[in-house]
Amino acid sequence: MALPFNILVLVCLAYVVFLFLVAFGADKRASQGGSNWLGLPLIYTLSLSVYCTAWTFYGAVGYAARSGLEYVTIYLGPTLVMIGWWWILRKLVRIGRAQRVTSIADLISSRYGKSNGLGVLVTLLAVVGTTPYIALQLQSVTLSFAVFAAAAPGGFEGADLSATALWVAVGLALFTILFGTRNLDANERHHGVVTAIAVEAVVKLVALMAVGIFVVWGVAGGTTEIASMIADSPISNWNINPGRWAGLTFLSAAAFLTLPRMFQVLVVENVDERQLATASWAFPTYLMLMSLFVVPIAVAGLNVLPPDANPDLFVLTLPLHYNQQGLAMLSFLGGFSSATSMVIVASIALSTMVSNHIVMPIWLSARSDEGATVSGDVRHLVLTSRRLSIGAVLLLGYLYYHFSGGGAELAAIGLISFAGVAQVLPALLGGIVWRGAARNGAAVGLIAGFAVWAYTLFLPSFGEAGIMSAQMLTNGPWGLEWLRPRALFGLAGLDPVVHAVFWSMLINTGAFIVVSLLSFPSPLERLQGAQFVNVFEHSASTKGWAHGGAEAEDLLIMAQRIMGADEAQTLFQAQASDQGKEGYLPDTTPDFIARLERELAGSVGAATAHAMVGQIVGGASVSVEDLMAVADETQQMLEHSSQLEAQQKELTTTARRLSEVNEKLTQLSIQKDAFLSQISHELRTPMTSIRAFSEILRESDLDHAAQEKYAMIIHGEAVRLTRLLDDLLDLSVLENGQVQLYPQHEPLSHVLDRAVAATSSLSAGGIAIRRNPEAEEIGLYTDTDRLAQVFINLIANAAKYCEAQAPCLEIKVSQKLGELRIDFVDNGGGIPPESQAVIFEKFSRLSDQAAAGGAGLGLAICREIMDKLGGTVTYLPGQSGAAFRVTLPVAM
Amino acid sequence: MSPSREPLFLARQNYRRRRISDAARLLPFLGVILFMQPLLAAGQGGNGTAGWLVYVFVVWVMLIVVAAILSRRLAKTGSDEVSPPGYGVEDAR
Amino acid sequence: MTDQTSDLKIGGDPEPTVAVTLPRHVLVIEDEPNIIEAISFILSRDGWVVATHSNGETAVEAVLKLRPDALILDVMLPGRSGYDILQDLRANETTKDLPVLMLTARGQKNDRELAERLGVNKFMTKPFSNAEVLETMRALIEA
Repeated sequence: MALPFNILVLVCLAYVVFLFLVAFGADKRASQGGSNWLGLPLIYTLSLSVYCTAWTFYGAVGYAARSGLEYVTIYLGPTLVMIGWWWILRKLVRIGRAQRVTSIADLISSRYGKSNGLGVLVTLLAVVGTTPYIALQLQSVTLSFAVFAAAAPGGFEGADLSATALWVAVGLALFTILFGTRNLDANERHHGVVTAIAVEAVVKLVALMAVGIFVVWGVAGGTTEIASMIADSPISNWNINPGRWAGLTFLSAAAFLTLPRMFQVLVVENVDERQLATASWAFPTYLMLMSLFVVPIAVAGLNVLPPDANPDLFVLTLPLHYNQQGLAMLSFLGGFSSATSMVIVASIALSTMVSNHIVMPIWLSARSDEGATVSGDVRHLVLTSRRLSIGAVLLLGYLYYHFSGGGAELAAIGLISFAGVAQVLPALLGGIVWRGAARNGAAVGLIAGFAVWAYTLFLPSFGEAGIMSAQMLTNGPWGLEWLRPRALFGLAGLDPVVHAVFWSMLINTGAFIVVSLLSFPSPLERLQGAQFVNVFEHSASTKGWAHGGAEAEDLLIMAQRIMGADEAQTLFQAQASDQGKEGYLPDTTPDFIARLERELAGSVGAATAHAMVGQIVGGASVSVEDLMAVADETQQMLEHSSQLEAQQKELTTTARRLSEVNEKLTQLSIQKDAFLSQISHELRTPMTSIRAFSEILRESDLDHAAQEKYAMIIHGEAVRLTRLLDDLLDLSVLENGQVQLYPQHEPLSHVLDRAVAATSSLSAGGIAIRRNPEAEEIGLYTDTDRLAQVFINLIANAAKYCEAQAPCLEIKVSQKLGELRIDFVDNGGGIPPESQAVIFEKFSRLSDQAAAGGAGLGLAICREIMDKLGGTVTYLPGQSGAAFRVTLPVAM
Repeated sequence: MSPSREPLFLARQNYRRRRISDAARLLPFLGVILFMQPLLAAGQGGNGTAGWLVYVFVVWVMLIVVAAILSRRLAKTGSDEVSPPGYGVEDAR
Repeated sequence: MTDQTSDLKIGGDPEPTVAVTLPRHVLVIEDEPNIIEAISFILSRDGWVVATHSNGETAVEAVLKLRPDALILDVMLPGRSGYDILQDLRANETTKDLPVLMLTARGQKNDRELAERLGVNKFMTKPFSNAEVLETMRALIEA
């Protein structure tokens, strides 16, 4: 009669593999940059469907079977929030992007002065609120398995329920770790996961609608028939409970904004504000369709199935009752999708919060004496802590399921969870609309609301045998009636959920407002407040750091550890060129530091990023100017000052450019003099030996051996003169652009081989050269002789100047951003920052005479050659030793 | 570029756009009022589930249609307030 | 002129010749090996005892240790310039009168002026004539 249980497991596994492939493909596509469809509003809308969990899929029908129409309140709240996007969501998304928010805990922490204490508080609240919900998902998957098992001819033992839940939890943990923590995305976006969630969204909608259509047209026989069926059913007369109707609508709206997983998909994964505009009507449509057939299914279930059948499973048992195996299977997959997508997104969101607000701060303070610059690769640590957190979150969910016995009605757990996370709402909304909202207020409100929630709803939910005794529930603790958990302050007769929501939100909001009014926030908090509340007006960045002080190179080193070398270098270079500077080290203006901090916050959270930058920048964090900006509250002042600021900024940039050009000109003029003097020196030195020895040879009676020796010296010096003249002519030809290039095909490895061979005989410096032959297998079409000349110069330089005990030169080849990069990094002392700007100038040999042998024209020639070849050669700061980067356009 | 520097008398298009955003702000309140209608009927008896079911879904569809019209018009004209893709705040300065 | 030279000439001929005077010591501070070789050859053939030193940083110490009768000093040296060395020598009681011949490959006008301000005895531009160097050295020591 029923399909074998093995096939069910097989289909289930096949579905999971399919999801894996979808996620993998999307990730791959995103990493190749061809991700335009990932930004589609449709994908975004569908990803929001993580709101509809197994509770919705199975539970809504059960809910309708018990309480009639009330189930729609769970969807009406989110619908109202979505169509009111212009008020709240638009602002949240804008703030989320401007401040690089990684989670709801991060948003609260960032808003209230980057306080990590609040971050920890919200994280704990989220974990406590979400764990039962994850347990609920595991329970529903397990129950749905059991339905098939019971129907199957003796395949599956009921005792294995707990094991099923465990396997599901392990599988979900694996999936989440694989796709949720593949990399530390600067924006915390997970294309693979989002796409898989979107696919699951379609599956669950199709499944539920298929069952609904089957019930209406297959079982009942049409819309009029179903209407009469409803009229005849036990739920025909709807006893509306006004408190619950309004209260639950409010609660679901609040939870929609504050659930960690909803914040993740709504704000963190959002790539474009336009997605929100579409989702504002498309997601309500999705919700409407999801709830369209709930009542018909419930009525049909009540009508057809035996009275002891669990209404929470009507979606599955109805098709099975009519022996519709395919439909039952689809419906099972729908429920499975609902449960898995919720668990995946929730555990990603929670793990981000746990890792950024609990693990990282502990780690940072544990090694605070070392500072952020010397520690190892932070990315690895962050990823590991996220993976462990995902495992821990799912383990918690499983343990909750295991020990709670999975008895309570699905809807009850869902609502308790909603009410818990909704406690964040006052701090969240207050934070984005009211500048006076203060950290202390938020903290006190959260703690008070959370405590009331736990006392009036969460703890009593464990039943009378649980944490609270029956006696305490009916008479209150110590016989104090006004403290009865379900009738606080004598407010009896209300539904327990509505009662708890009413008191917890009232006390939470009240405490939040009163304490905020009484406290005096720190300057940083006030700045952040202004940034959040006026996110549309101020487009200025968050200021936070006093001028100067930080070492750009230290910041670069730290940023490379967190963001990866390429991203960090690109960021620093872009910033430097915005300031009108060349190279990788911009001035450490407050603007730049604030921007860097935001970029880092995208990886490790605002509070941690602030602490890390603080370790390097140190000192005061807010300047008088910044405070003035806060004080200027009137629109007029802001307008005026922003105009002035823009002008001043322009002037500053121009002035900086001018002064840089001026400096360069002055330097050039000095260099012109120095050039002549240098030429003179370089020519006269060999000339001196030649003249002296030729006079010696002429006037004296030397023995043959001496004659021979002196003639050799004269010859050697003449060769040296010739080489110098060659170099000068080479440079002059290159500079005048009269050079003829002879492009040819040759692999890069071959060019490097030639260069290494040429230098080994030339310098014999004994420098070890490390190469990566695989990376060098790149075909080039360019003037490879000229290119080899550049390589020879760079290798010879390293051989000459690297003063390490065991000198070693590493040649690294990589392809990034449409260019080929060849890095020459040695293990010596590097080049001091003040000299980095001049080394490519003529005769800028750093140590005056040294064993150099050359005239200091080598790097100048290199630069000219690379210019002609369409590439560049630059000094790369922040490496282990001296490092030069040669780039060539890949198209060659 | 800065939205705070707008002239006193708005162009017709800007004026229209602002009224659309006003409408978008008001829509959720209309939704609340309509969705709370069942409360008025509470206790009066004779609350047919089927009737209210139809009422709720009709209101729902209506809100969706209005929201769709408003959001499309806001997204179309709104290049200055709805920021283009990939633009962070720092780029808009 | 100096105490050293007068000491050396005690009991000497009123008209001193190379043959009868004690060997004169000269220290050559220069970093180009070929130029060192040339100067050493020329001077030792003339009866000088030649010592050489090629590092700018330790040049002053070398002078104080070797106590030469005269010094030939290059301007561009690794570590420290000839001008700095000269300044130190002139500030030191034992070497303030030491005869110094400076050789430079740059030879612009301001180079010479700087050297003279610092108290050089003779300033010559490379390339030099061997005979000129010899004469200059003799003149320096006899003055």
